[in-house]
Amino acid sequence: MTSEPTHKLTSGVKTLQAYAIGLVLALLLTFASFGLAWMHLEQGNHSHLFSPAGLMFALMILALVQLFVQVVCFLRLNGSKEGRWELMPFLFVLFVVFIIAGGSIWIMWSLNYNMMH
Amino acid sequence: MTAHAITENEHHEEHHDADATSVLGFWIYIMSDCVLFSCLFATFAVLHANTYNGFGVHNFLDLPYILAETLFLLASSFTYGMAILNVYKKRRAKVLTWLVVTILLGLSFVGLEVHEFLHLFSIGHGPQTSGAMSAFFTLVATHGLHVSIGLLWMIIMVVQLCKFKINSDVVRRLTYLGLFWAFLDIVWIFVYTVVYLIGGM
Repeated sequence: MTSEPTHKLTSGVKTLQAYAIGLVLALLLTFASFGLAWMHLEQGNHSHLFSPAGLMFALMILALVQLFVQVVCFLRLNGSKEGRWELMPFLFVLFVVFIIAGGSIWIMWSLNYNMMH
Repeated sequence: MTAHAITENEHHEEHHDADATSVLGFWIYIMSDCVLFSCLFATFAVLHANTYNGFGVHNFLDLPYILAETLFLLASSFTYGMAILNVYKKRRAKVLTWLVVTILLGLSFVGLEVHEFLHLFSIGHGPQTSGAMSAFFTLVATHGLHVSIGLLWMIIMVVQLCKFKINSDVVRRLTYLGLFWAFLDIVWIFVYTVVYLIGGM
């Protein structure tokens, strides 16, 4: 009994099942990204599966899916009443990150484009 | 929530609230660290093409090497989870074993990264050579420094576990470290994807 409250220290209860699912999914996603990049390098620029832009898009999607998997399975972030305190700053930071990273890339790309043309 | 859990909550209300608040505080720190990393990622994305003599990530990219680093870090995230599960069950010997395994996996990761950096220095492509290499070293080394500090912290926790057994302070610190360690693995997913897989194309 005395060990019970320690579960509640974080937003979600950590279980072996969650860790195992997280590990398997993260491994699959890591190998999927690796496989895509490997095929691209092996075939040079004649990749039949994806254009370079398509490959970049696919790799980013795989990374975002893995972000979601690890946040849910390892950090155990959830929308429960207790977990909401941690979920809200998380969503806010995703928004800030999107503005900083997305905004910088957008502005600098436009700048480059306008200098060249 | 089950009836069992509710009684549990009421039982430990005061204690639990204080803990939940301090965990939230550490969580806010981790979120602010996300902002730091997003700036470094944005810098890398902007500068990755500003090479000297065209030397960029694609010149030294060794995919299996990076995959090994990734797997070491992912495995360490999992083994740390095993340590936390044993903390709940108050099995100190198992907690120590899993922590030592985690430390070894983390050290392997840092070792591989340091080896890569030394190789880059030895062939004359340090951070001072170009904007692209500066951005690369700043981003990857900041992550590596976080992992190294996490490892130091983990060694300190091993000492504390030996000295104090599993008391509430130790559990709290291990919880913080768990958040920190999982966060570092999540940041690495993006280093792996953005810097090595996409940057190396």
